Amino acid sequence: MAKYLKTYPEKCTGCGICMDVCSETFFKEKNPLKSAIKIEPQEGSFLMTVCNQTCRLCVDECPVQALTINPAGVVLLNKNKCIGCLACVSVCPINAMMWYEGAHSPFKCIACGKCADVCPSQALEIVEEG
Amino acid sequence: MTKDLEKIRSGHKLLKEWDYQLKTVDKGYNMRTLYVNISDKTVKEKSVSEEMKMTFTGGKGFGMKLLWDGVTPETKWDDPENEICIAAGPIGGNTNYPGSGKSLVVSLSPLTGIPIDSNVGGYFGPYLKFAGFDAMEIQGKADKDVIIYIDGDNGKVQIIEAPFEAVDSHVIGEQILDLFAENEEDKMNISSVSAGTGSDNAWIGCLNFSFWDKRRKGVRFKQAGRGGIGTVFRNKRIKAVVVRFSGLNGASTHPADLATVQKIGLKLHKEIIALDDQQCRMRKVGTAHLSEIMDEYDLLPTLNYKYGSHKDAPNISSEVFYNEFLSKGKPDGCWYGCTMACAKVAEDFELKTGPYKGQKVLVDGPEYETIGGCGSNLGIFNARDVLEINFYCDTYGLDTISFGTMTAFIMECWENGILDKEKTGGLDFTWGNAKDTLELLHQISRGEGFGKIAGKGIRQMKNYFEKHFGADRKFMDDIGMEAKGLEYSEYVTKESLAMQGGYGLALKGPQHDEAWLIFMDMVQGLIPTFEDKAEALHYFPMFRTWFGLQGLCKLPWNDIEPADNAQTDEPAKVPEHVQNYVDLFNAITGQSINKEELILQSERVYNFQRVFNIRMGKGLREHDAIPYRSVGPVTVEEYESRVERYDKQLKEKAGIDPAGLSTEEKVKALRKFREDQYEQLIDAVYKRRGWTNNGVPTLEHLKKLGIAFDEVTAVVKKHL
Repeated sequence: MAKYLKTYPEKCTGCGICMDVCSETFFKEKNPLKSAIKIEPQEGSFLMTVCNQTCRLCVDECPVQALTINPAGVVLLNKNKCIGCLACVSVCPINAMMWYEGAHSPFKCIACGKCADVCPSQALEIVEEG
Repeated sequence: MTKDLEKIRSGHKLLKEWDYQLKTVDKGYNMRTLYVNISDKTVKEKSVSEEMKMTFTGGKGFGMKLLWDGVTPETKWDDPENEICIAAGPIGGNTNYPGSGKSLVVSLSPLTGIPIDSNVGGYFGPYLKFAGFDAMEIQGKADKDVIIYIDGDNGKVQIIEAPFEAVDSHVIGEQILDLFAENEEDKMNISSVSAGTGSDNAWIGCLNFSFWDKRRKGVRFKQAGRGGIGTVFRNKRIKAVVVRFSGLNGASTHPADLATVQKIGLKLHKEIIALDDQQCRMRKVGTAHLSEIMDEYDLLPTLNYKYGSHKDAPNISSEVFYNEFLSKGKPDGCWYGCTMACAKVAEDFELKTGPYKGQKVLVDGPEYETIGGCGSNLGIFNARDVLEINFYCDTYGLDTISFGTMTAFIMECWENGILDKEKTGGLDFTWGNAKDTLELLHQISRGEGFGKIAGKGIRQMKNYFEKHFGADRKFMDDIGMEAKGLEYSEYVTKESLAMQGGYGLALKGPQHDEAWLIFMDMVQGLIPTFEDKAEALHYFPMFRTWFGLQGLCKLPWNDIEPADNAQTDEPAKVPEHVQNYVDLFNAITGQSINKEELILQSERVYNFQRVFNIRMGKGLREHDAIPYRSVGPVTVEEYESRVERYDKQLKEKAGIDPAGLSTEEKVKALRKFREDQYEQLIDAVYKRRGWTNNGVPTLEHLKKLGIAFDEVTAVVKKHL
């Protein structure tokens, strides 16, 4: 089972509403640095960076097993267990484990789908496979 | 197990309980240390003055200062006033920068009689710091076996009589967790220090620092190996020192500037993840990768350092350990947040000998030094045998380096007829005999037979063999790889004069943690003159001493290098990483040192330790002498094995035409040349370090460093 946020870069317009919704949901402020999805312009299109819940290298790397996989196949971080080493940030091959300077813990997409609900161009979709 | 635990608990008797005020660490420091005397059961805290902090920095610096104050020039290792000091350092315990979890252990060594310092992983030092103490010192001697327990959650220190716990580390390590952890999850909050039954009987005892391996659900250990501190520990009748601390987080050191600590740490994490596979493969195989490199460069100690390579060395290469024994795909940091993760382990390793025969155990390692010392140096080219020796050394509390090097000496004595079965009580020390090597270990654990003699190390064996067996002293002095009484670690130094000095001038005895200059010197030819070598033997020992002041591991300094390191002015120094350390220190402590002041911090402690050696009667030029086996070929056989190399050197460097000379004559001529080179090197290094030609720091130098305290100058004045 793998539930994840699927991205369609060809549809993305770079409006950034997804980042606003994400950071408001989890940090109570509109701040792209605090969003678990990142939209950045690149050569005429947009790079959409978000955890695809599949490689799980961060889960293997975490020294305190603060990262686990829930029954839906989503990788979750338990902040009470996290010791803030940021090893998971460094090991993520697509830079989807997020962190901003001074934060005690990193954060990531948990496939809640709020951003997909508001995306005006249908560039985001929650998908369940397997 | 529950029944065993009940029995163990029933033997506990609380001998002392002392409460202290909990407070949080501030910018890397607690500004207090813990003093525990197990003779009279005094427990107290000592405050750290601003002067002590600025002079000794922390870690090994604090350990040396406390030990100096605790002992006298007459103190022997087994006197009650000898101490064991354990300290992290200001950087120790941060979870962001790889390699930040080291404990520094200091004591007077049974082998050398002078201060020994050992740098060890595991959770103890950081937890001690977060429990409230920058260092702890243990003095005195208990009448009966005890455990010292520091409860950093509730502010309590206890001394507990502990008659029923095991002594061997892999057993007591588990017992401690069952006794002190409230549940499985709580085990990560407990760390212990223990030794083993070998430490009861030998002078090469080591300490095991524990860490709970959450994934493998087993207790793991890193060893404070060198110099016999485990022996001091058991002589004091300590079974374990235990610390509890819960609530570790990324800001537990309370740094002045957390964001900078995180940024520097993250940068190095990313470097390691991106480059380690192409560089040292530490994440995969740990330090074991060195065995094939050393073999390739003729540096892998083989048959008691006679040679530097062997046709069977591929049998103990990292690939063999990796493919056949090591567990894969799980992080192996000995402290949180170390992505270098080199603390490898063999799981479900079934023991074939000794009291634990048949048990399936975790074997930590093997480290390169263990492969060199307990493998190639003994002619043992079987990876399984190396692991079994590794396991028993660890659980018995014996240093694998000293054990390997001293057994190599025994085997060469056997080869030369100094030893035979009558003298060893039936043990056969033919090169490669793993079975009797293991039996020697078990004898040491039981305190029996030849093991009792051997376990005291090479220097004592030389005395014993001369006195009781009429052995040739000069030959044993040539081949016995010890200096200052400590066994050599595992590199062949014959072709690197700078590294001969690296070992001979190392304060504690011949350990490579002060300087590893072989490639710079021998392979790259970067330090050709005596002055160049002296500069390297100033800078690198000072730079590397700094890790011990901070609670840092050396490996993430140069076992990973930035991609553009080779293009920098001084690649051997890894300039970007040096800057990381400066920035890291400043971000944690709020101070503002530069890279020159970093060296100055080390220089103070380094010179203090040299004076400490002099104070204990072993810090002068005569004590920096090294065995000829580390300088050049002792025997005809050795010379002839590399005849082209040595003939060429005689001709080109010493100006002696080898044609027409017998091998004996050539050995003698080369020896005269090389020994003279070593003396010239020492002259140059002493000068560079600000020492007299007898190796004594001058008053001017001590003043310049700010350590010209009355009791320090009183020691050197006798020698000026």
